[in-house]
Amino acid sequence: MSAFIDTASASSTASSAPRPMAITITGLEHRYNTTASPVLSGLDLSVADGEFLCIVGASGCGKTTLLHLMAGLGEPSSGTIDLGGRQTSLMFQEHALFSWLTAQRNVELALKLSGVRDRRERSARALELLATVRLESHADRRPHELSGGMRQRVALARALAQDATILLMDEPFGALDAMTRDLLHDELERVWQERQLSIVFVTHNVREAARLGDRIILLGSRPGRVLSEFQVPIDRPRRIESPDVSALAAEVTAALRTEVSRHGH
Amino acid sequence: MATDLSSLNTTASEETLAGLDELDTPTGPSRSGPRLQRVWAQMWPRLGAMILALALWQVVVLSGWRPPYVLPPPRVVASALGDLLGDPTFYRALVVTLSRAVTGFALAAVIGGVIGCAVAQSTILRRAVGSLITGLQTMPSIAWFPLAILLFQLSEGAITFVVVLGAAPSIANGIIGGVDTVPPVVRNAAQVLGARGLALLRSVIIPAAMPSIVAGLKQGWAFAWRSLVAGELLVILADRPSLGARLDFARQFSDAPGVLAMMIVFLAIGLMVDSAFNRVDRVVRHRRGLIPPR
Repeated sequence: MSAFIDTASASSTASSAPRPMAITITGLEHRYNTTASPVLSGLDLSVADGEFLCIVGASGCGKTTLLHLMAGLGEPSSGTIDLGGRQTSLMFQEHALFSWLTAQRNVELALKLSGVRDRRERSARALELLATVRLESHADRRPHELSGGMRQRVALARALAQDATILLMDEPFGALDAMTRDLLHDELERVWQERQLSIVFVTHNVREAARLGDRIILLGSRPGRVLSEFQVPIDRPRRIESPDVSALAAEVTAALRTEVSRHGH
Repeated sequence: MATDLSSLNTTASEETLAGLDELDTPTGPSRSGPRLQRVWAQMWPRLGAMILALALWQVVVLSGWRPPYVLPPPRVVASALGDLLGDPTFYRALVVTLSRAVTGFALAAVIGGVIGCAVAQSTILRRAVGSLITGLQTMPSIAWFPLAILLFQLSEGAITFVVVLGAAPSIANGIIGGVDTVPPVVRNAAQVLGARGLALLRSVIIPAAMPSIVAGLKQGWAFAWRSLVAGELLVILADRPSLGARLDFARQFSDAPGVLAMMIVFLAIGLMVDSAFNRVDRVVRHRRGLIPPR
């Protein structure tokens, strides 16, 4: 526990007292129907306030299910997810923007649904949020008129519109080229620090996890559960091509490989 | 290589937003050639087809297959059409027919819309009437007329009843089909953003389903128009001159040019409304990036 606080993010306060937990998951089990074998089982996990947690695992290990349960898209079969009354917002891999609305209207709709009544206020705040992800100049474009990286910036702005303190991200940059992804990593890190968010970031890209996370969780499959945990004692700002990140990524990859071969893939 | 890349990144991010994939940003529509040329490129195949059809018609007339008072040549029909368009009573009939079409279609849109939304949202309703709606769609509208006339006598009501029954199932099916094909990720996104109930339907589901809804409306219009013309041939009201009634009179007087001229009028109206729907359809799909700009 103390090791975890020592290596926590650059955004953390200097206090040495344990931070309150943003998410506490205990004994989580989930099946899609009563006869099926569980997707997740005996899963315990906690995320501290302001922590950046990355979850990696082989495809099909239940990463997305776990995230959806945290976001309230469905109830777990058993076990508890305690958010201490915190709000979550979820950002998807891609194609989750509303294609008939411009970037600004996408963000405005999120504001409207979270209870911002005044139209002018929505418009102003949407532009601010787009400015946060440096897209104010593209406010009137529709998703199909934006590049993949820009679309994910809009999706991030839309997720931020909910003013949630917990941001859940499901392989949000998985479909982007490496260079664009690098830029979005910088952007996300900045937003996370400015807004003091707790982030749970699911990815299959181990380097990305080492670049971004305070801590990395390796999820095993069938059923999904926490296999191992890696602290990321690398100072920020980090670069994805730095030797420290590469070394840690190699360590996590080795663990992941053992897990995958255990299932005979 | 690594240093090269990182220095490139810094400059790019300082400027705007960049990333390699900004190169991928679709640019505005590139219009090729002047306006006249584009219009011509669109028009000539249609003109060609029309000329070919007229030529075939003329050939059949010349072959003497039917006497000219039964099958008149295009030139005679054209002059009958000219007389028709110069006749003020034609426009009275046109107004009656079009207002019936608009009323019937509007009513069908409301009824079909409500039923479609209800069935799309409720599994029980879908099991109860889902296949019935498709069944109704295949029912020839003229088969409803005997019942309509019994229920409403020879009246506007009988015509409206059949027009609505003809159009509403297609409109409802358009909505149901559209709602069914809304991608799960869009639904999940809406739910995560806190959209529930009516707000979910209005702000997300209906707009996401819009291409299919427009297709349903377009098909509904085609059925409404067919039902209306059939109805006007059967239900002729003395004080309500209509296009259908005029077509029937022309047949009764063995006025072959009049019959053909009136058929051309029906075809033209059908085509005009259809092209209006096509325009709406293009706008809707273009907004969603489903078709490239022209």
